[in-house]
Amino acid sequence: MFENFDYLTLQQYWWLLIAVLGALFVFMTFVQGGQTLLHTLGKTESERDLIVNSLGRKWELSFTSLVMFGGALFAAFPLFYAVSFGGAYFVWMAILFCFIIQAVAYEYRKKPDNLFGERTYELFLFINGSLGIILIGTALGTLFTGGNFVVDEMHLSHWTKPTYGLEAVLNPFNVAFGLMLFFLARILGSLYFINNIDEEDIRNRALAIVKRCTIAFLVVFAYVAFELLTMDGYGYDPATKKVFVESGKYLHNFLAMPVVLVIFLLGVVLLLAGIFITLFKGSRKGIWPAGIGTVLTVIALILVLGYNHTAFYPSLSDLQSSLTIENSAGSRYTLVAMSYVSLMVPFVLGYIFAVWRAMDSKKLTIEEVESDPHHY
Amino acid sequence: MEHIDALTDWSRAQFALTALYHWVFVPLTLGLTFIVAIMETIYVKTGDEWWKKTTQFWMGLLAINFAIGLATGIIMEFEFGTNWSNYSWIVGDIFGAPLAIEGIMAFFMESTFFAVMFFGWNRVSKKFHLLSTWLVAIGSNLSALWILVANGWMQHPVGMTFNPDTARNEMADFWAVLFNPNAYSKFLHTISSGYVLASLFVIGISSWYLLKRRDIKFAKRSIVVAASFGLLTSLFMLTTGDDSAHRVALNQPMKLAAMEGLYKGEDRASIVAFGVLTPDKKPGDEKETFLFSFEIPYALSFLGYHKVDAFVPGVDDLLFGNEKLGIMSVAQKIERGKEAVTALKRYKEAKKANDMPAAEAARKVFEANSEYMGYGYLKKPEEAVPNVPMTFYAFHTMVGLGTLFIALFFMILYAAMTNTLEKRRWLLWGGVISIPLGYLAQELGWITAEVGRQPWAIQDMLPVGMATSNMASSNVMITFWLFAILFTALLIAEVKIMTKQISMGPEGGHHV
Ligand code: HDD
Ligand code: HEM
Ligand code: HEM
Repeated sequence: MFENFDYLTLQQYWWLLIAVLGALFVFMTFVQGGQTLLHTLGKTESERDLIVNSLGRKWELSFTSLVMFGGALFAAFPLFYAVSFGGAYFVWMAILFCFIIQAVAYEYRKKPDNLFGERTYELFLFINGSLGIILIGTALGTLFTGGNFVVDEMHLSHWTKPTYGLEAVLNPFNVAFGLMLFFLARILGSLYFINNIDEEDIRNRALAIVKRCTIAFLVVFAYVAFELLTMDGYGYDPATKKVFVESGKYLHNFLAMPVVLVIFLLGVVLLLAGIFITLFKGSRKGIWPAGIGTVLTVIALILVLGYNHTAFYPSLSDLQSSLTIENSAGSRYTLVAMSYVSLMVPFVLGYIFAVWRAMDSKKLTIEEVESDPHHY
Repeated sequence: MEHIDALTDWSRAQFALTALYHWVFVPLTLGLTFIVAIMETIYVKTGDEWWKKTTQFWMGLLAINFAIGLATGIIMEFEFGTNWSNYSWIVGDIFGAPLAIEGIMAFFMESTFFAVMFFGWNRVSKKFHLLSTWLVAIGSNLSALWILVANGWMQHPVGMTFNPDTARNEMADFWAVLFNPNAYSKFLHTISSGYVLASLFVIGISSWYLLKRRDIKFAKRSIVVAASFGLLTSLFMLTTGDDSAHRVALNQPMKLAAMEGLYKGEDRASIVAFGVLTPDKKPGDEKETFLFSFEIPYALSFLGYHKVDAFVPGVDDLLFGNEKLGIMSVAQKIERGKEAVTALKRYKEAKKANDMPAAEAARKVFEANSEYMGYGYLKKPEEAVPNVPMTFYAFHTMVGLGTLFIALFFMILYAAMTNTLEKRRWLLWGGVISIPLGYLAQELGWITAEVGRQPWAIQDMLPVGMATSNMASSNVMITFWLFAILFTALLIAEVKIMTKQISMGPEGGHHV
């Protein structure tokens, strides 16, 4: 089946898969958002334990989605993997450090003799949820604003700034992008708790957070959306592959791909609807529309970034080095082979969903956490 | 060129550091997941609550280990991009695939069912819980499969062609990559060595309880499960280790020579069971290789080629060539490799200038020499020889320890069957000290495999110096130290937590 697709279609198919994986990861950042709320929502020791255990059933999925996102990029767009990770070195390393400390924090926080003490592991969770997410957002922002790299004749690349990626934080758009993800993660985290936990006090505090973070989120989101629609983008000529600067490129992309625009708007509406029914209708299921809305919005953003002859990673050092889904992809053969593998994705999502349902059929309470033989 | 060498060295050091740390935790996961699955199966079959408690105790230790396994694993994946970005382009088209498949097929399975295994005791049915435990075990071993398909490919690249237009290797045969015989011998040897380590772990801890005369029933029963599992799997480990050596002989003769400290090739080569290398021995000189050694006749020929009279080439034959046997010298290969490299450049330039005949001519020259292209990046022939002492000692210590472990499993199982365990305190002490020895053997195995293939990141195709990212070596130096500090701190925390849990024991605190 996939053998009959032409090369460009395969590249587009893989870009779509990357968009879906990236979107699922952003949805899963409710774990990170929740981590930053540990002390805001949990006033007593047992409340905090409850929160950690509620997130603790999900954190590995969020971690694995990040790993998967990396793996899929490597297989499908190896040049991006090489250029960005090997170039914006310090940003990626900082992100990785934020995730290394997350991985041990859940398991070690409460254990006797844990060397650093409970508070340090809680700090690890906080750093992962705040700095980690803001940095990931900043790195994603550079996909729109560009990076300082050169790709040579042999497709080998190097970075042209001695700060190796750290310069990205000087660009307000990138940082705003990071903050936007951060506030979104906190909103999703609160919605998740409201859905998952049966403790009145925590729920009330979470509602207040949803309110506050939604306001902050909307302000940053408005700025990012305005910038995005008005900024210069990087297009390329489909025949000659020459890259050029095009003002209003992302706006043009939305208009050229109305389906993507609809997905985007639908996503935003669902996100807001999830928040609305939580705040004003007393619903505890707000995480679902908000989550689906997040996924749709992010998919649309990534599609606008890479489709319609757009350079998805522009180079500020050498325009023609910019990466497009055409010049950075794996070979046709590999994309075909991996496309067959991708048929497993629905199956994987299916069992994750089934297990999630089975495990979350009852709400979590302090009593259950305290009586569980294995708890975080 | 100085800074390129420094960059390569720091990149290698960082990869070695992070991989060695990751490997402290992975083998225990590979084996202990199966051991707890077996124990839980006994619980579900017999309904005996006591087995449930035993399962939960070992599971608690597994969780502590698992967390840090993930922490050290994530960095490995991204390091291919951050520190080996040329590599990621030159072979990413092939190498990326198994890594992505590992994510889809193995990591999601592990992390999804892991949550059920730990938090599902009261939330899902007994049967579903047991299934989840087995799926965690299968998932972690599947992740080993895919990562070893990737690593096996580096040791013996197959199923690809070089595309001069993109200047990279592209996959041509997915099945050849997947069914690379190298990957299978590595996979089977690696997982079985993980089972052995986990058995040693359970035996060692249980032995310690017996020495302390506490938790007797728990310790004895755990020992029986672990020693049976260990004896069975160690024999399998021995067989697959032998097969690994056979693969090395076929595909990486230089590594085999280094593993055995063999400088001058010979028919009916013997194996040095143990020996001390002459410290300043250099390829091509006439010094004796060993200060002293104890040899087993014919064994190397047999091990390597499964024939007692096979010729085993030594470092000198491979480096300087051996006309009689038709082995080309490294110097010659470098010549041909340089021709391939310059022809590729000419091809690219001619293409750019739209000079098709010149491009075609350059392409012909390139293709005639492309087999040796990797050698074209070496500066001098001696670079093609790995660190012989390190490879030799690592390999021999691993094999020695492996033999010891088989004996240990045998004796422990015998003592357990005859109910004389508690009387044989020396044997119990042997069990305790085998835990660190098991970890040592693990790390040494990888040192053999990875140091022995130097200077190649991809055997005969891509030397490490060409594979790095193009950046300042100080970057890598900084992150090297950050990793060294962070991972060491986390390791200390892990060991402290683990020992505390062990000393609290299966009846101890409720944070199990
Ligand atoms: C408990 C650990 C352990 C023990 C006791 C042994 N091994 Fe091993 N060995 C490993 C753990 C290991 C490993 C860590 O899993 C390695 C590293 C690379 C690999 O694929 O497996 C390995 C690699 C490795 C290699 C190199 C493969 C390559 O370069 O691709 C050979 C030839 C052997 N082993 C052979 C043996 C033999 C003949 C043993 C005798 C009993 C033995 N090993 C015991
Ligand atoms: C023989 C070599 C390796 C084996 C058998 C292996 C196996 C495993 C296993 C069983 C885990 C599960 C967690 C645990 O350790 O407890 C794991 C985690 C991980 N490993 Fe390795 N690994 C190896 C080397 C590598 C390498 C070279 C990479 C880089 C590509 C890597 C990437 C990872 C990642 C990203 C994780 C975290 C996975 C998650 O999110 O669940 N591993 N590995
Ligand atoms: C987890 C077990 C592993 C350990 C302990 C380990 C150990 C090492 C060591 C010691 C080195 C440095 C060798 C030197 O520079 O002299 C190294 C290098 C390297 N290893 Fe491994 N390795 C492991 C698994 C893997 C796997 C599964 C892969 C690939 C999938 C891999 C890929 C590499 C690469 C790319 C390098 C750097 C380039 C090179 O030195 O060849 N390693 N490893």
